[in-house]
Amino acid sequence: MSATIEITRNPEQDKDDAAPIVTGRAVYEHPYMVRLCHWINTVALFVMVGSGLQIFRAFPSFGAKIPQKDLLHWPKAFAIGGWLGGALQWHLTFMWIYMGTGVLYLGYQIFSGNYRQVLFTRRDVPGVWPMVNHYFFFGPMPPAREAYNPLQKQAYTTAILLGVLSVLTGLVVWKPIQFSWLAWMMGGFHYARIWHFAVMWAILFFVLGHLVMVILHGWNNFLSMLTGWKKDPDYE
Amino acid sequence: MEESEEWVSKAKFMKAKNIVRRMDEKQFRGVTRRELLKLTPVIAVGAFAIPAFQKGLLKKGLGFSDWASARMFRTGHLATTFDNADLTPPAKFPINGYDIDDPGVDLDTWTLNVTGAVQKPGPYKLSQVQALPRVRQNTRHVCVEGWDVIGRFGGARLSDFLQLIGADMTSKYITVNCADDYYESLDWETAMHPQTLLCYEMYEQPLSREHGAPLRLQIPTKVGYKQAKYLTDLKVTNVLDRVGYWEDQGYSWFYGL
Repeated sequence: MSATIEITRNPEQDKDDAAPIVTGRAVYEHPYMVRLCHWINTVALFVMVGSGLQIFRAFPSFGAKIPQKDLLHWPKAFAIGGWLGGALQWHLTFMWIYMGTGVLYLGYQIFSGNYRQVLFTRRDVPGVWPMVNHYFFFGPMPPAREAYNPLQKQAYTTAILLGVLSVLTGLVVWKPIQFSWLAWMMGGFHYARIWHFAVMWAILFFVLGHLVMVILHGWNNFLSMLTGWKKDPDYE
Repeated sequence: MEESEEWVSKAKFMKAKNIVRRMDEKQFRGVTRRELLKLTPVIAVGAFAIPAFQKGLLKKGLGFSDWASARMFRTGHLATTFDNADLTPPAKFPINGYDIDDPGVDLDTWTLNVTGAVQKPGPYKLSQVQALPRVRQNTRHVCVEGWDVIGRFGGARLSDFLQLIGADMTSKYITVNCADDYYESLDWETAMHPQTLLCYEMYEQPLSREHGAPLRLQIPTKVGYKQAKYLTDLKVTNVLDRVGYWEDQGYSWFYGL
């Protein structure tokens, strides 16, 4: 491999004009806002899930209080806050960070036009099966055309929707009366609590898949979420 | 390989946004290092992991949530009420005391002692509370733990009682003390809410000892621990000398639903 590389980049990112020489390739894949939101959200999600599970420990059921049938006993070692009150402090603090990051991210994606990189549309549908075939049934690797393949877009778009749902269901659990119309749509406070829990597991399922893919795609790919730049991308 | 129109338009978009620039490996490292350093704000979140800051930051966060909760509270917005068919049977309505189920209140000599910014302070008998218009409502009772039940509650509007005692309507809070040494406080808007009751009956029966006889707060717009039982004192005030038992353990003060 050559020691020099050619770089495709966003002009707004960096104004300084250094001297050029050529050959390899690198692409500026992840804009600053996306990376910033990604990593803050990583922390926020970790705290929200950990404290949420501690809150769940206070009443680990979705049925009646009398008689109480526990769904599962989540181990305290995998929870944040120590007790219900502590966990609520974490949850009610980090929910602002979680929501703030979400609003910043969505606002950036929409107004910059960068949402086109990640938004799963009807045109991406035909490309999903070849990717599934490749990942799960060892089919041929479909040619890469852009930063995210159709299956990736589907996963990320779903994850973003789950993030929005986690906030909406959480708002209803927190304020079922002030958000009574949202509560009504979810079947009332009691059901909103179930949805909130289910959405968390869906997000965790995404995170698991996400982590597996990050490991499979190696260091170069991982670095791009930190620096924005990917060396030698597998697409034009 | 056939390329869809969508892909062509995407490629055009990406090309329009990006320019090609050339630099050597060393310069590439410089650029990526700079981009990495721009992520340092993320480390600020790590302040929550420092023991010396943690407690204060979480208190600030909870305080911010309470502040936002007070802004979100709509004084004229009513909690959903339910049909009798939706009621949780009385036997399945949980009894949650923080200390004892029966603090041994003498129901015959009991009075509610009213103090603070009121024109007519002093002891009030249960009959005086019951002489106010009676409200019966089927509302959801939500516990901070996460469970919920629907109960039938009866009592006098707290706002009517505040009128009766000649409370200064510009006050900010009411505080209550209880026979089991529990204590609580309420924001004025919630105290004046039409569904906030001085509750003396459940399921059309006099309040049982376990549920707070003879008088408790019933506030459909608040979580359970705000709805103190076994009331003995009520104070109208602008200054909170005590906030609440569970709040002092670390729970939210406003916790409006």
